Amino acid sequence: MFRRVLLGLVLCAAQAFAQAEVAPDAFVMQLSSEIIDAVKSDQQIQSGDVARIRVLVDSKIVPNVNLQRMVVKSVGPQWRTATPDQQKRLTEEFKTYLINTYSGALTQVKDQSIKLRPVRTGANPNEVVIGTDVVGKGDPIQLDYRLEKAGDTWKIFDFNVLGLWATDSFRSQFARDLSAGGIDALIDRLTEKNKAIAGSKG
Amino acid sequence: MTLGRFVVCWLIAAAALVLEGCAVAPGSTRGDPLESMNRAVFSFNETIDAEVLKPAATSYQIIVPEFVRTSIENFFNNFNDGWSAINQLLQAKPAAALEMGLKFGVNTVFGFGGFVDVAGAGIERRSEDFGQTLGRWGLGPGPYLVLPLLGPSTLRDTVSLAADWKAIPEAFVERGGERWALATVHVISVRAGLLSATRALDEIALDKYSLIRDGYLARRRNQIYDGNPPDEPEADDSSDATEAAPPK
Repeated sequence: MFRRVLLGLVLCAAQAFAQAEVAPDAFVMQLSSEIIDAVKSDQQIQSGDVARIRVLVDSKIVPNVNLQRMVVKSVGPQWRTATPDQQKRLTEEFKTYLINTYSGALTQVKDQSIKLRPVRTGANPNEVVIGTDVVGKGDPIQLDYRLEKAGDTWKIFDFNVLGLWATDSFRSQFARDLSAGGIDALIDRLTEKNKAIAGSKG
Repeated sequence: MTLGRFVVCWLIAAAALVLEGCAVAPGSTRGDPLESMNRAVFSFNETIDAEVLKPAATSYQIIVPEFVRTSIENFFNNFNDGWSAINQLLQAKPAAALEMGLKFGVNTVFGFGGFVDVAGAGIERRSEDFGQTLGRWGLGPGPYLVLPLLGPSTLRDTVSLAADWKAIPEAFVERGGERWALATVHVISVRAGLLSATRALDEIALDKYSLIRDGYLARRRNQIYDGNPPDEPEADDSSDATEAAPPK
């Protein structure tokens, strides 16, 4: 009798635990809706306050991104040649650059909504690509995410706009500075770029 | 020299260069064997854009009221929709062809020749051009090409321009002067539509040339497969390469 109760309790706990797991498409929809709603409802953001968008992105999106994996993927094989200090600085500047890039895109959000595309599961259960379309007045804009499993939830480690994966694009753009002057040149360039972006909009 | 002959001359020149530069030049990227030539043309285009096109498009945006600009955009988009329908037929997509044909028909008849987008969001726009048709039937893109004034393209897409240009409003205008006037409006209308996107691009791009190239090539691939391109093998993740080299 006691064993049955115990079994019952264990099954209940297992069920509850299973329900605490977030499905990848639900994760993306929840995050996207949260951001879009925040942007649409905030008066200051709608009137052009980009600094506020950056704060929003930093607090809501960055914790859901595997920044380490993204920066390694964007820099390519030369990452291995960097010292720990260089890697730390590069990651910091990359994070700022990512926030600036994403915030720039969010300034265009006026009345768009997100539509999920059918989920295609791959061979690897710990990684998945979730496709969405940003639907507004013009043609829908494709926005996909590469997610990796992180405990009960997921983390983004790449995103794709209109067919172009961000890390591919970064790798290609970073290549010039890397071949010209190595990791330090790249860090300087990113720092300079971040300052320019911050300066132009404030 | 007609537009068609201009394209052909450019093609011959490009083909000659392709044959000559078939080996991947040192320092150039895969898919872009003509990178140094392309970067030069890109520079030229950027100058023309900054000096001529962008100011003209900006003035256009400021001076011309929005509903007029939208009507003009609709007019040119409508011609595109008609051509898309034909291409969808060529790609053996009858359902999509029917829809785009309907959109074109409705907008032409009820939208005063295309100036009003009556069909609107009711019929989703699925744009197709001859380059996508060729791609659908298996023709690879060939080397990336930056065309003077026209911007990013590939060998396949450049060749397709000859077909695409038969289906634009300019092709139906008899007199040369009027044709150039129409083409000018067309170019400025398109450029104005891209002003905010290019502003954003200018701001975030570390290397504008490669961003535009990668964006263009990825987008074309996407368009050919209508948003579901076959997965490409992922580049080496190096996610285990988090340990750094010993400090110098």
